[in-house]
Amino acid sequence: MTRAETSRQAPHHSKQSVRQFPQDRDTGSVGRVQVQSVTFDGQEHVLHLQSGESLSPITVAYETYGKLSPSRDNAIMVCHALSGDAHAAGFHGTGPAEKPGWWDILIGPGKPLDTDRFFVICSNFLGSCYGTTGPTSIDPGTERPYGLTFPFFTIRDMVDVQCWLLDYLGIDTLLAVIGGSMGGMQALQWAISYPDRVRGVIPIATTAKMSAQGIALNEVGRQAILSDPKWQDGNYPEEDPPARGLALARMIAHITYLSEESMHRKFGRRFIGDNGRSFNFSRDFQVESYLHHQGDKFVQRFDSNTYLYISRAMDYFDLELDYGSLEEAFSGSLASFLVLSFTSDWLFPAGQSLEVVGALKRLGKEVSYCNIESDQGHDAFLLPGHRMGDLVAGILNRLTRGGGP
Amino acid sequence: MSGIQALATEVKSTRAESLRHVDWTLTHLRDRALDDQIVSSVNVGDRVLDLGCGQGDLLDRLKWERKVHEQGIEIDGKAVTEAIARGLSVVHGDLEEGLGDLGDGSYDVVILNQVITVIRDPVTLIEESLRVGRRVIVTFPNFAVWRTRFQLLLRGRLPVTPSLPYQWHDTPNIRLVTVKDFRNLCRRLGLSVLKESYSSPGADGRFHPVRVWPNLRASSAMFCLSR
Repeated sequence: MTRAETSRQAPHHSKQSVRQFPQDRDTGSVGRVQVQSVTFDGQEHVLHLQSGESLSPITVAYETYGKLSPSRDNAIMVCHALSGDAHAAGFHGTGPAEKPGWWDILIGPGKPLDTDRFFVICSNFLGSCYGTTGPTSIDPGTERPYGLTFPFFTIRDMVDVQCWLLDYLGIDTLLAVIGGSMGGMQALQWAISYPDRVRGVIPIATTAKMSAQGIALNEVGRQAILSDPKWQDGNYPEEDPPARGLALARMIAHITYLSEESMHRKFGRRFIGDNGRSFNFSRDFQVESYLHHQGDKFVQRFDSNTYLYISRAMDYFDLELDYGSLEEAFSGSLASFLVLSFTSDWLFPAGQSLEVVGALKRLGKEVSYCNIESDQGHDAFLLPGHRMGDLVAGILNRLTRGGGP
Repeated sequence: MSGIQALATEVKSTRAESLRHVDWTLTHLRDRALDDQIVSSVNVGDRVLDLGCGQGDLLDRLKWERKVHEQGIEIDGKAVTEAIARGLSVVHGDLEEGLGDLGDGSYDVVILNQVITVIRDPVTLIEESLRVGRRVIVTFPNFAVWRTRFQLLLRGRLPVTPSLPYQWHDTPNIRLVTVKDFRNLCRRLGLSVLKESYSSPGADGRFHPVRVWPNLRASSAMFCLSR
């Protein structure tokens, strides 16, 4: 059983767009968009999680852009990253200062995910706090927020829920599934969980298994939250969250999204304003100010328990552990792959993409790969200034027309 | 990654680094010199692997004229971007490294278009290509063409020709080979030569087929090989 609803606003404290980037002036915007939501409940919609627990009902917040073709063969699933939401493109119409959705550089009329040609779907993944069921949702059993009673979930569970949404929308096969970072993990999982339902897979700046370095950085972020006295074993009131802990987690994470070069370019050793050394521990440097700003902004829009769960889902992502080897994981896949990495990404470096590419090559799968030149670090996949869009457009042309002249 | 692996990767990336600074636009014309002959040596529907495919000009032709299932490997990021953007299936990487991942006989044809003079171990590359593909098409600039003989003999200079367009200090070529030398190599390795084709630039600057005295007259050579 499903219940659909459309709301003007994102269902759950959805402050506007995640990161800053200028809009591409050469091509169009999808314009005004709305978050929609659907609730899956009843016996056919009990989610059996990888942890062994089960969850029901599940509400999914999602947005769509473009029109589904009569033959229903032009749908593209966009998967968001750790702190993202369903608002991938366009505007909610909240005011003149509103920033567009988080992947507006890629989605819109005439853009690589061309909404004149494709039907683009982006849903908030399971366990997040932007309208899809997660730790901040009300547990129907207790009528209080789940908090730490929310079951642990994995990337595989997220993809299962995305597949429910696909069924609900009446779409049998996706033209492509695309995502960066944690979104790329979901794209890879799609190719494995539903090999006959996806024709193209575009994992960007991601990995088939979270590295020790990645887990380590996540753990430091989690400890920042857990050691904030306001966390209170996860039972903090909504109006007084462990803000310092969450802000610190975000500051650490933000360093991993940049590169030495991009930090140097953006901030160098510049001081704030005309000040020089203050000889105290207040903020002297612009880079400090930037990190604090990112941390403070994040606290306004994200939930601490949710951050713990999602970063754990990332740590647990390991296709070799789940399937024995990458070859076994992808052996049943029928899709054409475009794997992308960025030269300056040290969180998910090129070598981790190449492990996926190597396995696909050994299996004789159709695969393209490019290590895109960029000094923007991991964040590059959200930013303009490189050729990611052309590459994505290329494989979509290949999938629709077979490419070529 | 172990220390030795890291070192190997570093050595390879140093080689990749040195190839990054090569001006490949100089060879655009030469690299297309034998495309007609290559296309006519590929069957409709073949699985084709082009090692060092550049921006995919040849693969694109093969895809449309021969309906091949194409795969390219290319070290130059800009060229890879162009190739993928035009809808071709291409992997960004070192061709000498990339072959190890591929199973025996996974391709009908492996193409080594103007690459054997650029890489360190051409014999291993040809043998590996014959493991991965049933047929291997090799093209190379013929160092024994009259132009190069003339430049070296009469002018005492290292030759700079349409098929060898670089100066001694900026050339990506670390091997030089002639038609006779290559035939010798094939004999020594016990390979069957299924087809040979040759071309040379005419007065119009375009490449034309050469049929007689290829070692003297052809500036580019194509060999189609099998075990």
